[in-house]
Amino acid sequence: MSDTMEMAEDTAAAAQAGAKPVMMRGRDVCVFYGEKQALFGVDLDVRANEVTALIGPSGCGKSTFLRCLNRMNDTIDGCRVKGKITLQGADIYDPKVDVVELRASVGMVFQKPNPFPKSIFENIAYGPRIHGLAKTKAEMEEIVATSLQKAGLFEEVKDRLDEPGTGLSGGQQQRLCIARAIAVSPEVILMDEPCSALDPIATARVEELIDELRENYTIVIVTHSMQQAARVSQRTAFFHLGNLVEEGPTDDIFTSPQDKRTQDYITGRFG
Amino acid sequence: MTDMTVSGSAPEASQMPEKRVWRDIGIKRRYAAERRFKTYGLVAVLIGLACLAMLLFSVVSKGYTAFQQTSIRLDITFDKKIIDPQGQATSNNRVLLMANYPLLATRALAKTLGVDESDRKVRRELSGMISNGVRTQLRDMVLNDVAIIGKTRTIWVLAAADVDSAYKGQIDLSVDQSRRKVNDQQVEWMNKLAGEGILTGRFNTGIFLNGASSRPETAGMGVAMIGSMYMMAIVLVLALPIGVAASIYLEEFAPKNRWTDLIEVNINNLAAVPSIVFGLLGLAVFINFAGLPRSASLVGGLVLSLMTLPTIIIATRAALKAVPPSIRAAALGIGASKMQMVFHHVLPLAAPGILTGTIIGLAQALGETAPLLLIGMVAFVADFPATPMDPATALPVQIYMWANEAERAFVERTSGAIIILLMFLAAMNITAIILRRRFERRW
Repeated sequence: MSDTMEMAEDTAAAAQAGAKPVMMRGRDVCVFYGEKQALFGVDLDVRANEVTALIGPSGCGKSTFLRCLNRMNDTIDGCRVKGKITLQGADIYDPKVDVVELRASVGMVFQKPNPFPKSIFENIAYGPRIHGLAKTKAEMEEIVATSLQKAGLFEEVKDRLDEPGTGLSGGQQQRLCIARAIAVSPEVILMDEPCSALDPIATARVEELIDELRENYTIVIVTHSMQQAARVSQRTAFFHLGNLVEEGPTDDIFTSPQDKRTQDYITGRFG
Repeated sequence: MTDMTVSGSAPEASQMPEKRVWRDIGIKRRYAAERRFKTYGLVAVLIGLACLAMLLFSVVSKGYTAFQQTSIRLDITFDKKIIDPQGQATSNNRVLLMANYPLLATRALAKTLGVDESDRKVRRELSGMISNGVRTQLRDMVLNDVAIIGKTRTIWVLAAADVDSAYKGQIDLSVDQSRRKVNDQQVEWMNKLAGEGILTGRFNTGIFLNGASSRPETAGMGVAMIGSMYMMAIVLVLALPIGVAASIYLEEFAPKNRWTDLIEVNINNLAAVPSIVFGLLGLAVFINFAGLPRSASLVGGLVLSLMTLPTIIIATRAALKAVPPSIRAAALGIGASKMQMVFHHVLPLAAPGILTGTIIGLAQALGETAPLLLIGMVAFVADFPATPMDPATALPVQIYMWANEAERAFVERTSGAIIILLMFLAAMNITAIILRRRFERRW
């Protein structure tokens, strides 16, 4: 079955069920770090304009899966990925797919805010610049302003765009990193525990932002906080020991989990 | 309240012990150990400082006089009868080159002292007061401007090295004159001239500007400085880009496997290879095989580049490793290629470390002597090298050569040369610190 046909079927099926179309699809994804297998045949769909939360205890493979989605695992020595992951039907592990192109479409926000030690403006302008997204200075300023607005940071930093991004507070830095990811107009944004280094107020601010971003982007978020998963996501996937245990609408997962392990985890019996 | 303060035995308080008894968990012993350790550390630092102070004191106290050169102010008459007795100057250009210029100075000195120079013994002692370098000094004046012949000029000429040493008090004048290089007559003249302000110590520009010379008073480090500068430039131009490129490849691009491990081990070993081995390598490869000229700063620079490479590679790799991985992830995460990641983000952050490593490597190369001895840079070079292909020496080699000289005046010059070398090193290290401060960024 060709990718396009598969995709057409998906769309049709989705339309029937009233669900959103599939943006990224993982099939039988296995990941090995050297000899050690970290993921065992994960099948997971990420639907467009939804927030998909990946939850599970530490070392369960949720971050590993996330990093497969924009091939950040490529940078780790001895890491091998098996199986198939598609972005809108296109196999992202196809040798013809350029990893740089992929990452321009599937952006990433990391656990710890990691702005470049440059000005706020430069932090955002860097991505568009290397991808040639702005022809003129005015266009670049436009992109920077919109990205900051979308990340809800514009009002706070508009008068100090030339100050270092590292001088912002932790929550602001994380929103700067989100703005930086948005600036290259990706379709999917991956977030690896984006709030674990933030205080509750900054966390709430970022969570609101994630909910707003859902309108234009597909978001996959790894989180340790089940409340956060419940608050921000539409679909939740529970990972355990490298396996995808259960996946479904967030409400269903939290109210009527099918698997005993999921239930134990969300009720706090282990993890 | 008052009761309690007076009696101190309220019912609740009485159950508590009179005084809090702390458990013995070896606090005293621990503090004693800490104090002992601090003392050891302090003693170590003090010993280090004392050694440094001793070194600096011995070098500076011996060497500072090298920057003063005793000179004599003379009214020298460029007598045509002495320079060009037969009037052949226009037809035979050797006449002006070969003329007896020292005699002009000796006469002027005799006139100043009011002694009769026709006595050969007196004349010999007089000429012993003046540096033989006066020959080239006066000759150059005449060759520059022939019209000077027949006129009188007041100029400073260098005193002979022994007079210089005597004037600086480095020769023991209490011993019998037959056992020292300046005799009583010369000392008397010296004191007379010094009293009149005609003989005095002036700043010694020659030690910076002159090339090699067998006469201490005209010997300088000029050629050595030029040679060292050429070599530093070559090392910088070769070792920095090659070293940085190699480190970036090894650190960021190369797969981590047995081969790269082997390369890493070898680079570390290379940094520990004795420098004289590099000298032999340079002799065999650059001079004997490639046919480059001996004593040339080019060959010296190449050898020192080889020596400096491991230092730069190790420093650069450490600096690259120190860049937080989150910066790399951030760059890759928004779709930068590996090359863009390295050059836009990692390298700028590693720059201070790379610069420091490079300057430390350069400073090491600047002070390196052994390999240069083997490629013939230990040579008597009086002429300034115009290009790196010309024979030259280097600062530490010049020190080595002067240290081998017997004259008293060379002893102070050796120390003076060490001071100059140390100044160069200090300047380079200060540059490293300033550059580091300037480029250092926090994240």
